[in-house]
Amino acid sequence: MSKKIRSNPLGIELNRRTFLKGAAAGLAATVVRPAAAGAFNWDSFLQKHFREMNDAEIKKVIGRLEKEAAVEWKKNIHIGTAKAMPGVKFGYGLDLSRCIGCRRCVYACVDENNQSRTPQVHWITVLRFKKGEKWIDLENSEKYYSPKQVPEKDFFYMPVQCQQCENPPCVKACPTQATWKEPDGIVVIDYNWCIGCRYCMAACPYGARRFNWAKPNIPADEINPETHYLGNRPRYKGVVEKCTFCIQRTRAGKYPACVEVCPVGARKFGNLLDPKSEIRYLIENKRVFRLKEDMNTNPKFYYFFATNITQAD
Amino acid sequence: MNRGNAFIFTLAITGLFFILPLLSGADMKGKTKEEQKDGIPKFFIPKAPASENFPCSKCHNYKPADKSKRKLVLYHTDIVFKHAGEQQWCYDCHDGDKLRLQNGQLVGFEKSYYLCGQCHGTVFRDWKAGIHGKRTGMWNGEKLYRLCVSCHDPHQPRFKPLEPKQRPMKPQEIKLDRG
Ligand code: HEC
Ligand code: HEC
Ligand code: HEC
Ligand code: HEC
Repeated sequence: MSKKIRSNPLGIELNRRTFLKGAAAGLAATVVRPAAAGAFNWDSFLQKHFREMNDAEIKKVIGRLEKEAAVEWKKNIHIGTAKAMPGVKFGYGLDLSRCIGCRRCVYACVDENNQSRTPQVHWITVLRFKKGEKWIDLENSEKYYSPKQVPEKDFFYMPVQCQQCENPPCVKACPTQATWKEPDGIVVIDYNWCIGCRYCMAACPYGARRFNWAKPNIPADEINPETHYLGNRPRYKGVVEKCTFCIQRTRAGKYPACVEVCPVGARKFGNLLDPKSEIRYLIENKRVFRLKEDMNTNPKFYYFFATNITQAD
Repeated sequence: MNRGNAFIFTLAITGLFFILPLLSGADMKGKTKEEQKDGIPKFFIPKAPASENFPCSKCHNYKPADKSKRKLVLYHTDIVFKHAGEQQWCYDCHDGDKLRLQNGQLVGFEKSYYLCGQCHGTVFRDWKAGIHGKRTGMWNGEKLYRLCVSCHDPHQPRFKPLEPKQRPMKPQEIKLDRG
């Protein structure tokens, strides 16, 4: 019960679990290091759920978090709070007939989204399968392949990241409502509410969530200062994180970083509600499938084959 | 359908598809009305064609075209032609400082996608829709396209292999800084 799961940037050890027991009991049980007691920030402790805050409250919280982040990371970090655009539901497409397994996406994601370098956190895992083998069960794959060049004869590659389920089991598993699905379909995590219990990780059928066993380690000059509260702002030790379709970019109209870096153009992104979008085009014109469709998670991540191998053009 | 038949079939289709837009001013600056109707994208990141060989006319004005299929030894020795070699040779695509389509129409190097589209109809259509090839920019606004030749050498079009980035660490390699 009293296991400390993280310390906040001002040096106060917080225990979100105590918060669960109810405000009064929780406050009494809070461990406040005597030396730091003077600096204890009640605002941080009492922060409301993100979705229940009004604009003024959000502004105040962001002001505080930006100040903390500047101290912690020795760099000015902008934390955006852009809301979902009306009439937008994001969908993603990945062309398995093109992917060559080069992992450019993995590292573009790390850079864009401020993932820890050591210990290493990757939101995208590229799996390699032998052609013709029973491959759709993900256990039958290799993620440590490292040849001189890709693609390799007889293999194909399948990157896996958060599938942004319409019916996300991770959200149901969370005891603190620290993770939820936004109106544009992105499943997000509030790092100030996550208690690090990792139930969501156990619930995710895609192994897409990652846990920060230590404080993320990112060289100062590599931190991306353009962040979103629900996305790539620097995380704390002891919280869970995952792909957010680059919420800080996509809510500003940009493509996710992995889409932009892919040298073969295998990654597609757009608005599922727009009949003229590339994601709708591929769903309507290509052979698509989603991972573990039988689990009823209803992912918004579509794998597809642009080419039937038998077709010349 | 075998490759040969499929190829002739697409030629027939794309032939019809092309003549109209091209006859009416594909050489005009920027995007013509016809191109818009044809779904040709607005903005490109072209691969700058190898500069020392442009313009072609700086040498070729002084030499008559030799259309025979042969190994080039005096110049362009770096060009190894491996692309439907039975069906095409240099002057099926080249004509002076322009590219030549099968109907005799000439287009600039910046419009090489018309050339490729003649034989690769499905891919061309997918490319215009943003499915084949790559777009960057805004998912809800202006997009930058790559030309076919930014990814495919027209003379040897198979996508070149790449060195993969580092594999992820194995669990036993991950050092935990429990601080
Ligand atoms: C520096 C001079 C030079 C430039 C610039 C140049 N070429 Fe050539 N090209 C040659 C020479 C010399 C040959 C003859 C090679 C041989 O016969 O072995 C040749 C041969 C060719 C051929 C083979 C058929 C023939 O007529 O011999 C083609 C096609 C061709 N060039 C196309 C081009 C194109 C297209 C460009 C512009 C992108 C270009 N060349 C630019 C010098 C040049
Ligand atoms: C399938 C059509 C096609 C055929 C056939 C073809 N080319 Fe090209 N070639 C192109 C295109 C398209 C470009 C422009 C590439 C770019 O924009 O980067 C090009 C570019 C060039 C260039 C300039 C770039 C460079 O590599 O220096 C030369 C020279 C050239 N071709 C020579 C030849 C010769 C010689 C042959 C015959 C052996 C030939 N081409 C056959 C389509 C073709
Ligand atoms: C005259 C018809 C013709 C034209 C024009 C043409 N191609 Fe091809 N292309 C073919 C045929 C046929 C094949 C399959 C046989 C082969 O690979 O030689 C092919 C194969 C390809 C391949 C697959 C190569 C591989 O080894 O997997 C690519 C990529 C390609 N073409 C790109 C292009 C591009 C880019 C252009 C425009 C610069 C273009 N093609 C123009 C007929 C054409
Ligand atoms: C972003 C890079 C990119 C661009 C731009 C691009 N391609 Fe490709 N293309 C690929 C890759 C990767 C493959 C799969 C590997 C291969 O076969 O070379 C491919 C495959 C192909 C093939 C083989 C058949 C197939 O479907 O697998 C053809 C033909 C082809 N491309 C034609 C084109 C044409 C025509 C254009 C322009 C209209 C174009 N490509 C633009 C990356 C690109």
